[in-house]
Amino acid sequence: MALTAELRRSFYEKMCLSRAFDDAMIALYWEGKLPIFAFGAGPLPGELHCSNGAEPVGAGVCGALGPDDMITADHRPHHVAVCRGVDLDRMSAELLGKKPGLSQGKGGHMHIYDPAVNFASSGIIAEGMAPAAGMALARRLQKKPGIAVTFLGEGAANQGAFHEVLNMVGLWKLPVITVVQDNEWGVSTAKSESTAVERNSDRAAGYGLAGEYVATNDPDDIYEATVRAVERARAGKGGTILELKTARLQGHFMGDQQAYIPEQMKQEDPLPLYRAKLVKLGVLTEADADAIEAAAKARMETAMTFAKEAPYPDPSEAFDHVFAGGAQ
Amino acid sequence: MSRILTMSRAGREALDWEMERRDDIFCLGEDIYKFGGIFGTMDGFGAKYGPERVISTPISETGFIGMAAGAAMAGMHPVIDLAYIDFIGVCYNVLLNTASKTHYMSGGAVKVPMTLLIGTGGGYNNAAQHSQCLHATVAHIPGAKVVYPSNAYDAKGMLHTALRDENFVIFLTHKGTAGVGWMGTPIKTTLSEVPDEPYTVPFGKVKVYREGTDVTITGLGMSVHESLKAADSLAKDGISAEVVDLRSLVPLDRDGIFASVAKTGRLVVTDEDYMSYGVSGEVIASVVERDPTVLKKPPIRVCTPDIPIPFARPMEQAILPLAGRIADAARKLM
Repeated sequence: MALTAELRRSFYEKMCLSRAFDDAMIALYWEGKLPIFAFGAGPLPGELHCSNGAEPVGAGVCGALGPDDMITADHRPHHVAVCRGVDLDRMSAELLGKKPGLSQGKGGHMHIYDPAVNFASSGIIAEGMAPAAGMALARRLQKKPGIAVTFLGEGAANQGAFHEVLNMVGLWKLPVITVVQDNEWGVSTAKSESTAVERNSDRAAGYGLAGEYVATNDPDDIYEATVRAVERARAGKGGTILELKTARLQGHFMGDQQAYIPEQMKQEDPLPLYRAKLVKLGVLTEADADAIEAAAKARMETAMTFAKEAPYPDPSEAFDHVFAGGAQ
Repeated sequence: MSRILTMSRAGREALDWEMERRDDIFCLGEDIYKFGGIFGTMDGFGAKYGPERVISTPISETGFIGMAAGAAMAGMHPVIDLAYIDFIGVCYNVLLNTASKTHYMSGGAVKVPMTLLIGTGGGYNNAAQHSQCLHATVAHIPGAKVVYPSNAYDAKGMLHTALRDENFVIFLTHKGTAGVGWMGTPIKTTLSEVPDEPYTVPFGKVKVYREGTDVTITGLGMSVHESLKAADSLAKDGISAEVVDLRSLVPLDRDGIFASVAKTGRLVVTDEDYMSYGVSGEVIASVVERDPTVLKKPPIRVCTPDIPIPFARPMEQAILPLAGRIADAARKLM
């Protein structure tokens, strides 16, 4: 698929919706946490790992996928989920721990599951990689279409699962795209302090995979690289490590003041850059861009109203869903 | 029709029957395609079902058990051979955080039906890294069913049940009970008349292996057979021991345990797993939390003490919960 004006417009729409999601959640997150910060306080409790800065990854990668394709994301899943089309109202309700949430309040923000769009996430680093490969294997056995895409951070590339899974993806030529989101930081540990090579995409050679690095955090470039990886996967040519330079504008989790980041390493917000690019290219007018941003905020207001007004689950429901097929 | 089978052959029969009829089952594990798995549960499956459904993996337990979880989420029912439970250290995260918790964390939206076959136990001089039981370590994980047949009839019936379950089932077999060549002559009490046709044995029900009136001896896996030997020896002294096979740790049949102890009034708990923080304490809690007055004497635990399994035969034989220790404990209660 070519990079049409329509497609670029949709990238900007998704990026704005993802940003609106995070901004709305951040605003609510601080309620009840000031002046004394505590993870467990307020209407949005727990850790919150926001995606601000990584929206181009969600928009560009998901834009190149089809409905049969399967996604596993990590502890920072919002941008991927929003761009994949996970139910926004129910995802918002899930972050607030409400009954109509995607997991009826049992998952929270790191554990987003929406089978309707083949989306799952895990809060354990690199733990989505093997399930993604297994989903691709399942489709092969079932003779059904669908490739798998797993999203992780550059810090996760040093987990043992990365090595084990990618060796098997290469060995069995599984249609799996491993999206390494290089935001330079694993909590407070810089990539240069944790990783022996500059680019994880170079590690692809060790697994018989294709490797590609996109340095721009621009959804157009990310989309085109993903399209190449998808074509290889669908053609039976196997997997790709797709490393995407991106940004983490909000700290590892909310409350992280990022004092460890030196001034010269401060990252740039990709949204104004992409907006300016599309205006310059004539894809959008300033008024179009304003309207897209306003529509995203309005959509999130609806989602937040739904989430806030939804009831909490009954405490007794904690005992449901331990096992499928009812209580033992 | 029925015939006498080992646990290994009985389990193989259940898996073969289900695989013949269901496309969703496939096997994953090290050395299963050519070797049939360490306990022969997949013996000959490579030739019968081909490399697509009987997949020999690299030595990558985190990778392939995690893949099994993903395949299960996508509608398959993988059967994984993890030869020794000592190896769960290298893949525990998949058990702990993915296979057991995805159904719950998704609010029931996602199911993870998969069966993990694991061998346990010592008694054959394989030292501290290849002789452990560790069943409490897996039974402690919410969201995983854990079953532990001790004889061929249950091995077949419980494997049919596991393969038809919609959940993550950890299916344990004590290596010494399996009836495979490298463990010597099969133990007689592990062998059963096994019907040709398929049948299920439900999880969460104890099996009263031998009825008695004076003392209840509970066990699982190999310790059931040591308890039976102890019961023979006690019978010579005129002590009537009831041997209860727990069979299933999650769910645990607390009612069945209590019923036996309420009848006999005395309890010896055997367990080849380490004693502390384990199944043995749970069995006693199942009785005393309900009604401690049914006990005529305080219960006694005969377990592996909290030490690594030693290699040398005299040391290993001394620390395992073998029939002599079990019978001595029962005599103390009289």
